[in-house]
Order: sequence, then C-alpha cells, then structure tokens
Amino acid sequence: MYETNYHRASSVQEAVKLISGAAEGKYLAGGMTLIATMKQRLAAPSDLVDLRHIAEMKGITVNGRSVRIGAATTHHDVASSVELEAVCPAICALASHIGDPHVRHMGTIGGSIANNDPAADYPAAMLALDATIVTNSREIAAADFFTGLFETALNDDEIITAIAFEAPAKAAYRKFPNPASRYAMTGVFVARRDNGDVRVAVTGAGSNGVFRHQGMESALAGNWSPDAVGNVSVDASDLMTDLHASAAYRANLIKVMTKRAVAAA
Amino acid sequence: MGVEGIGARVARKEDKRFLTGKGRYTDDMSVPGMKYAIFVRSPHAHAKIRSIDATAAKEMPGVIDVLDGRQLTADGIGNLICGWMIHSKDGSPMKMGAWRPLADQTVRYVGDAVAVVVADSVDEARDAAEAVVVDYELLPVVTDPVKAMADGQPQLHPEAPNNLIFDWQLGDAAATDAAIAAAAHVTEVKIFNNRLSPNPMEPRAALGIYDSGDDHYTCYTTSQNPHLARLVMSAFYNVAPENKLRVIAPDVGGGFGSKIYIYPEEIVCLWASKRTGVPVKWTCDRTEAFLTDAHGRDHISTAKMAFDSSNRITALKVDTIANLGAYMSLFSSCVPTYLYATLLSGQYDIPAIHANVRTVYTNTAPVDAYRGAGRPEATYLLERTMETAARELGISPAELRRINFIRSFPHQTPVIMNYDAGDYEASLNAAMGAADWNGFADRKAEAERRGMKRGIGMSCYIEACGLAPSSAVGSLGAGVGLWESAEVRVNAVGTIEVMTGSHSHGQGHETTFAQLVADRFGVPIDSVNIVHGDTDKVQMGMGTYGSRSGAVGMSAVVKALDKVEAKAKKIAAHLMEADESDIVIENGELKVAGTDKSVPWFQMALAAYTAHNLPSGMEPGLKEGAFYDPSNFTFPAGCYICEVEVDPDTGRTEIVQFVAADDFGNIINPMIVEGQVHGGLAQGIGQALLEGVHYDPDSGQLLTASYMDYAMPRADDLPSFKVSTSNTPCPNNPLGVKGCGEAGAIGSPPALINAITDAIGNNTLTMPATPEKVWAAAHAAN
Amino acid sequence: MAKITMTVNGRQVSGTCDDRTLLVHFIRENLGLTGTHVGCDTSQCGACVIHMDGLSVKSCSILAVQAAGSSITTIEGLAKDGELHPVQAAFKAHHGLQCGFCTPGMVMTAVDMIARHGSGLDEATVRYELEGNICRCTGYHNIVKAILAAAAEMGGARQAAE
Repeated sequence: MYETNYHRASSVQEAVKLISGAAEGKYLAGGMTLIATMKQRLAAPSDLVDLRHIAEMKGITVNGRSVRIGAATTHHDVASSVELEAVCPAICALASHIGDPHVRHMGTIGGSIANNDPAADYPAAMLALDATIVTNSREIAAADFFTGLFETALNDDEIITAIAFEAPAKAAYRKFPNPASRYAMTGVFVARRDNGDVRVAVTGAGSNGVFRHQGMESALAGNWSPDAVGNVSVDASDLMTDLHASAAYRANLIKVMTKRAVAAA
Repeated sequence: MGVEGIGARVARKEDKRFLTGKGRYTDDMSVPGMKYAIFVRSPHAHAKIRSIDATAAKEMPGVIDVLDGRQLTADGIGNLICGWMIHSKDGSPMKMGAWRPLADQTVRYVGDAVAVVVADSVDEARDAAEAVVVDYELLPVVTDPVKAMADGQPQLHPEAPNNLIFDWQLGDAAATDAAIAAAAHVTEVKIFNNRLSPNPMEPRAALGIYDSGDDHYTCYTTSQNPHLARLVMSAFYNVAPENKLRVIAPDVGGGFGSKIYIYPEEIVCLWASKRTGVPVKWTCDRTEAFLTDAHGRDHISTAKMAFDSSNRITALKVDTIANLGAYMSLFSSCVPTYLYATLLSGQYDIPAIHANVRTVYTNTAPVDAYRGAGRPEATYLLERTMETAARELGISPAELRRINFIRSFPHQTPVIMNYDAGDYEASLNAAMGAADWNGFADRKAEAERRGMKRGIGMSCYIEACGLAPSSAVGSLGAGVGLWESAEVRVNAVGTIEVMTGSHSHGQGHETTFAQLVADRFGVPIDSVNIVHGDTDKVQMGMGTYGSRSGAVGMSAVVKALDKVEAKAKKIAAHLMEADESDIVIENGELKVAGTDKSVPWFQMALAAYTAHNLPSGMEPGLKEGAFYDPSNFTFPAGCYICEVEVDPDTGRTEIVQFVAADDFGNIINPMIVEGQVHGGLAQGIGQALLEGVHYDPDSGQLLTASYMDYAMPRADDLPSFKVSTSNTPCPNNPLGVKGCGEAGAIGSPPALINAITDAIGNNTLTMPATPEKVWAAAHAAN
Repeated sequence: MAKITMTVNGRQVSGTCDDRTLLVHFIRENLGLTGTHVGCDTSQCGACVIHMDGLSVKSCSILAVQAAGSSITTIEGLAKDGELHPVQAAFKAHHGLQCGFCTPGMVMTAVDMIARHGSGLDEATVRYELEGNICRCTGYHNIVKAILAAAAEMGGARQAAE
C-alpha cells in the first residue's frame, strides 16, 4: 500500500470538510474493497476519510412499506434486521450472502453501491427495487445512478448517506457464485409491485455492469411465474466472457436465476 | 496397544501451541537489526535484461541496498539444479538450462526474480522495488507444451533444441504394440491433467542471518527438508560450507511438495545478509506464491488399452507430454518418469506396458512434485481409461476391475515395481458396501424426479511411497539417498528426546513418533519430545515428502529404539542381577519375567548416567542412533467412490457422498490417518472440480494469480467423507506401515470425473469440471 | 505516523505506526502477537480473523488506525487461566487442525459463528459460514465436526447455567 493519511469523521458535514482539503481523497466505509485495492497498489488516495463512526449514517427505519437504510449500515445489520425482514425479506437474504461473515461485519450498503463492482449484489437490488440513493446533496434514482463499470453518478466528494425504497409485493434474489471469488457470476433480483409492475435486474453478467432485462420484465408482467421465463431470449452479445464463464453461459444463467428468483419470491 | 501406544487415537501434543496462537512459523521470527526484502520480478514471460538501474531506488527512504543478478553471479553463487538425472531413449542426458537465483541475462516466466531490495520495512522495500528500472527486450512467448516442441517456436534455453528436455521411455514397446494389434477391443482415451498451484496456507518465507564474527549463516525457512536445503545450498549454490550453515524449518504451515525445493529467495536472503551486514527476512505474498511456487501436474496424454475377448487387459500404451515450465525444478524430472510411468499397471495384471514421456520447457512457472507427484497422473489416466473401457464393453466398472485385479503377491509389473502385499478386492467391496452401490439406481430415479442428474463413479488406485532403496534410486538417476535417520536420547531422569530427519508440517509427527516410544517403553507420551527441523539439533536427514515419514522415518526410530532397548535391558539385568533375556519392559518398568523384581524406567536411565554400577566394559549414557534404508517402496492402495448430483440447468456439481476405503497397512494413529485422507481428498476433489492454473497463451501472463481467480475448495464445496481402512501389513518395514499422506489426492479425481460423466451421459470432460464445462457437456449429450 | 490506542485481549495498548499499516501487521509486529496470520492478499483466506468490538473481522483488510479505540480479541486472548476455550478444546479433540496456520482464524470464526447461531448450528450452516476461511490440510471434515461439537457443548453449558 502507498502512503496515505487517515481521518475519522464524526458527522457527514465533517467528512465533506475533511475530503475537500485533501489532494486525492477517498471516503472509507467498511473498506472491504477499498483497502484490498490499496493493498494491491491499484488505488492510491492521498487521504482517507473514515465514515464508519458517523451515527447519522447508520440504522434501518421501516415505516409502513417505506424503507430507509443508512449508508453505513453493515451487510450483517441488513441481513439480521427483523423490521426489514417483515417487509422485504429479499434484501435481507441478499445481504446474508454477500462475501463471508467477516466481510458482512464490516462492509456497508453505501460502500458497495458507491463502488458499483459489476459483480456486486446490491446494485441489482437497487435497480429492481427502484430505490433512491440519498446523498449529502441530493437524491438520485437508482436508474440514473449506476453508469458503468465501477462508475456512478456521484460527484467528487459526494457521500451516499442512505438508500430508500418502497417494499414491493414480491421480491427475491438468486445468484450463481463464481467458484473462486464467490462474487456473483450472474445474479438476478426480481421485484413485483401490486400494480403489476415488474423489474428484473441482473448483476455479474453485463459487460457494462448491472442492467435491467426488459424481455424478462415484460414476460413476467404478463405472467408472474417461472414458466414465463422459458421463451424469453437473452442476448449474449452484451455479456461478459472471462476465465470462468462465457457470455453464452451467462445468458443461460440469467434465465435460470430469474426463473428461480421468481419461484422463490 | 496402550492408550498412547501404536494404534491409539491420541490427541495431538502439538495442538495446544497452534490453538493458542503460539505456533512459531518463519514469518513469526524476529531478530535484532532485521530488515525486509522485496523482490523485483519480471512482468514479462520472456525477455532479455538490457540493464537494471537502481539509482533512484537506493535513494528512497529506508532502503539499505538494492542487489541484482550480476552481483550475485560475480559473488560465485551457483545455478539452481535438478537433482535427478534422466536419460532420453537415445542415451543422451536431460537438457538442463541454467536457472539463476536472480536472472542476470534472460527472464523466462512472469515472476522470475531479477533484483532484491532490502529496506527498513516491507512497505518501504516495496516502494523502492517499484522504482527499480529494468530495461527489457521482449522475446516471443510459448506456454503450450505441444506448441513449444514445434519448429520455429521461441527457444527457452540454448541447451534444449525445440524446448525438449528429454524423450524417455519405459517398458516393452514391441510387446505392447503386438498385443494391441491382436486385441479383441482397444479403448483409446485422451487425457489432460490440469496444472495446479499447491497453496499451502502459509506462504513461503526465509530469514537469512549472517554472523561475520564466526563467518556463519543461519537460515529460517519454510522447508519440508532443512537438511537437504543445507546440503544443496552448500554443495551446489556456494552459499556457505555445510559446517557454516544452519538451516531451521520451524513450524511450517503445510507443504504438499511445494516446500521440498530450495528456491531463489532463501539463497538470496542469505547472500544479501552477508552483502548488507543485516539479517534479511522475506515473506511471500499470495500472488507471488501463485507466480513462483512450483506448480504441479500439467500432462497431456493418450492411452491405448487392449483387451482380449474375456475383457482381460493385454496391454497399455501411453504417450505423455509433461510441461516442466521455464526451469527444471529440484525433482521435476523424476515426477513424470519414475513416479508416474512405474505406476501405470495400477491394481491390474497387465502383461505389457509401454510409456513414452517427453518433457518440455515453456514460459511458465517451474512444475515439480505436488501431493501425489506422478501417481495422481498415472491413476487418473488409468482409471479414466478403465471407466471408458467398461462403458464401451458394456460391463459394470466394478466387474471390469475385478476381472483384472492382481491377486497374488509379490507381483512384478512390467514397469519396474514389485508389489509386496495388497487385497484390492477387499477395498473395492468395502467401498461399494459403504456407498450402497446397489442402491444407486433408486437414488438416481429419485433425483431424476427432482430434475437432477445423479451419477456414480469409482477409482481403484495404487501408489508407491517411501521411495527406496537408495542404491536402486541412485541407479535410476537420483542425486541423493532416500534413507532416514533417528536418534533416541534417554535423559538421566528417563525422559526421552527423539531427533528425526523427518519434518512435520501438519502431519502430527510430534504425536505419532512419540507413540512409538510410549508403545515400546510404556512411558507417557508427555515424557517424549520429538525434535525435528533444525540442522544444528538433528543429524543428517532427508525430510518429509512422498508419504515417507511413516514407512522410512518411523522405521529409523524403531531401529534406534531397538538399540536403546537392548542397552536398557543390559543395565536393568545388571542392576537386578538377572539374565538380560529375562527382562521385559512394561508400563515404564523393566521387570524380570516371572518374578516381582523390577526397576523403574527412570532409575535405569539414572544408572546409565551415574555410571556407578554398569556392566563391566559398558559405556555410560543411553543414546542411540540409526539410519534406515528401506528395501522396497510400500504400496498403499484403495477404492474411492464418488456420487454426484448435477444441476442440468447450471452445470453445478454437488458431491452427495464420497467414500474412501484404503489399505495403509498397520496404523499408528487412526485419527491422524483419517485426517490425512480427508485433506488428500479435498485436494483431489479441488483438482477435479475447481482448481486450474491458467496462463494467457500470447503474453504468458498468469491469469489465476489470486484466490479471486484460482478456485480453492471451501467447506461448502465438500461433503463429510466416509472413510475406512483395511489392512495388509507391509512386509518390508518393521512397523508394517504404508504411507497415507497422498492417497486421497491420488485416488479421488478419477472417481469424481467418472461420476460426473456418468451423470451427464457424456464421457468427454476435462478437469477442472467447472459448471460451464459440465453444463455444455450435459447439453451436448442430449 | 499515527499514535493509536486500543484494547487488545483486555489490556489497553498504544503504539505508533504508519497510517497505511494494516491492523494485522500492527498486531503481529507492534504487539508481538504472531498468532494472527496472513495467508492471502485478497481478503479471502481468513487466517487473519480476529474479533473487533465483539464481531469477527479480517484484520488484513482493516487499517490499524481504523481500529483505534476499539476492543480487539486475538487468538492469544481466547484461553482463560490456562484452560482452552471450548472451541479450542473441540478442535484438539476432533483433530480439526493439521499444520495450524489457518487454525487461529478458524477458531476465531467458530467462536463468532457459535455466538450468533448457538447450539442450533447444523452442518450445512457451518460449511456455509466457513466461506471466508480456507484450510488446505483438513478437507474441513474435522473442522466442521469440531465446531458442531463445540456448539453443542457450549449450548449445553449455557442451558445448564440458566
């Protein structure tokens, strides 16, 4: 790791102030990706501003079907929230399968979303749940937030403070893990609202990151059942090919994971 | 057996320190003034070094010095060597190219070390290593061994035209060809044995300490055989004369073969310590381990197996190309030859066998012995061929094996080995019983109803361990003898130290070797200490690999115990005025048989050291040593059965049961033997299902350089195993033991692939059977 | 350079280190507690698992300065009064370790796992929860057995105490 300077913020305001004084500052949430990247010398921030001790960024509130999750809430806390489980068990289940127990104790929902790893789980949930990404300066619809591989709509120095969404009537997430890294080789989050609106978001497979699959969505809007997926064609041309899986195989996994997610929702 | 004697399930003496964080591994060692080394490594797979400029690096904070290969060469440090001479079938010796500890002219694989930075901290050393400017002239790259042999390909070493190291054969080609021509049926199979990274969880490390006062060197290192490291570093690498070099392998966190070899880094740490005047420690990170630890396997073979009309095997013909990487590692030449082709008879009576093996240089990391070393390659080839033959011949895989089992011993195979004992039908029956083989059809039908494809596969393996005797391996090209040593030192208070040349890096020797002593003298194992891993404390020894510690290392202890027992009885007889032949040793006492006269063990020991009252002419003291050279290998064998369910939608394979029935001869500690089998199975299953080293063929870049891309078996990839043992004692060593360390890794891959191919109804599948490959093969079958 | 203070195994400790120093290196080098190991660079092997404020974390993926002010337990702090913790004892009784290198992380993981799941742990859950810990020696068979045995025993002990 290259030299860096560490700062600990106790409020969002302080964090923004700290980073504005840095040459090339970066916010540090759970650090489960950032520290690993810095260890490999692939990132070299001059300053790190630790968000883990900002009380206002933690916690889960459920109001009717409205959900708000503080950005510094760990995967473990999302996975084990009884209130959240009652309205949207799919996101608890998703969080309980991120990384491993130790990663879940440190990693945060805000950190994961801000990083937008193309194989991360949360971005699929955000898109399918039509979530709002709340920052220190504005609110961004998930649809506008994820802009490419490791790219988001966040401005420099902007902090995600929370995410908010309306719990859907039905939802589920299914992923097929990469046998080595255990990240999603393909993960599909499905959500259906009472008005019949269906969203299907895919992570781990797209060569441009997380995306919604319109074909699946319209098929499932017409017939919310695993069988409806059978005749949907998945175009492999925009999917990733790597050491572990070809685009064609990922296209197959999108269908299979969608089917299974619908069955589980 | 006593509660702590031979055959007892004794909990391990060494566990407490590991469980409480008190294990002492090389990276835990710290000495005053110690500095840290980081290696500058080639980012290119093949290049000439035009120049190295360390001017800027030397000016960076904390940097003590930057040293490169030209300085190392100027100081007379020698080439790394391969210690086993193989001759090609035309009689020419193998073509060994030069391997410099720090490359001074050419780099031949990504990770080849070119310089070393010594600095106050690891971070500072790494900062400076990035500032070392190496000017490379890029050369073309070849990673594929078949391609490497063709004309016009990049040449790695001038000594080896077409990158061919040797073209070797074993067996009778004419008889084999004749039998194939006359066969009722010939099964032909193409076999690929994937390249693996051993991945002991403790990365390699070395701490070199030069003491200018005594002109003496100490090396702490992650070694399976510290004495061999000392011998090789002194005799071949000119680091220091043996009497001026102490090598200590403290607690070592797994080896699996990869820590047999003497690597550039420990040589460089010792040399750099003298050059800089400070102790120098280097600790490998995981990516460096993937790049530079010797890999395993990487064979491409074809096999032709001939059968007569009653399904008896009449011949086996094998052609193998083995990729040895960029340099010949220490034992790389014997793995695809004497540890491979000699096992091609398996458990079967095969009248004619011929194997041809070509070994090839490529721009990849060196390949050497990895758990099983040659025997997994032979077993995989043979057991995939047997399974394929059974399918072609339309008979059950068990029946085909039964027809061909060797049933009388000793049995001379056509490929050197003389099997001493075994009962292959017994382990086959045990495995089939434990797996409920006959109930499989019902389970398959039930799985079918859930949309899953269920398959079952078996593998009957044999292996040879305790490589021996020294004179025989010498005649086959080995550069060393393969005996083992022990010294048993009874202290004046009766406690006992055993110095062994074997080295434990997870095998539990501190417990099992102590059990031998407890068994012999009836003393508690807590009064016995096993000392190993330090060339200053232990007499010359050959270390631990090839499942040799039981069959060879323990046999040396037994020989030394024989001598101690004889002298102890003489002393006791003298003290009790009895006849030596009437003395028996039981429960820590020396008794006169048939009387109530006895001397406690400690009292006899005290008498040996006070020497006030010893038999006339007897030397004081009680300490005996022995060197044991076995008369033959031992031949563990067994049958493994794997049952899987394949999800046809995703190609994911779940192992629903794995049964291992092994014959390891007599067993010292069943708990430890079972643990060895479990671990071996996990590595074999890892090879078959998950693991594979991949290089980019154009650039020679390693694509699987971390756990992000190299799939290690995790707990949820594996089932709980059903293991059992049967016993035909080995007639060639005093304990009747065979080796158990490698069997699991040898026997399991073909069982798993046989099961998956059975499930999906497609026999073409290569390891590792990744979900995508299985999915594609399952769909191709439909 | 940062001066940091934290509680390690019940004792308050202070030390000076670079801001870039990882917690695992602070523990191993500044505090001399070498039971916590480093086995990979990518936060996957779990040889470095410790407890921070009561939860298992990977000390190779946390800066020492991030842990300032927290309460840390390492493998050295688990046994009390010379008695092995029930999880340590179960690993010994069931041969849940061979080379010992992954063992500290495995034991710390198991203690955390049992604390979260209690005696209701089953084999599938144990195997799933071990995703972040790699062992190359044991094939996990005896590790799983040891954790289940410890969970049963600790659950039993808890019940007896209630």
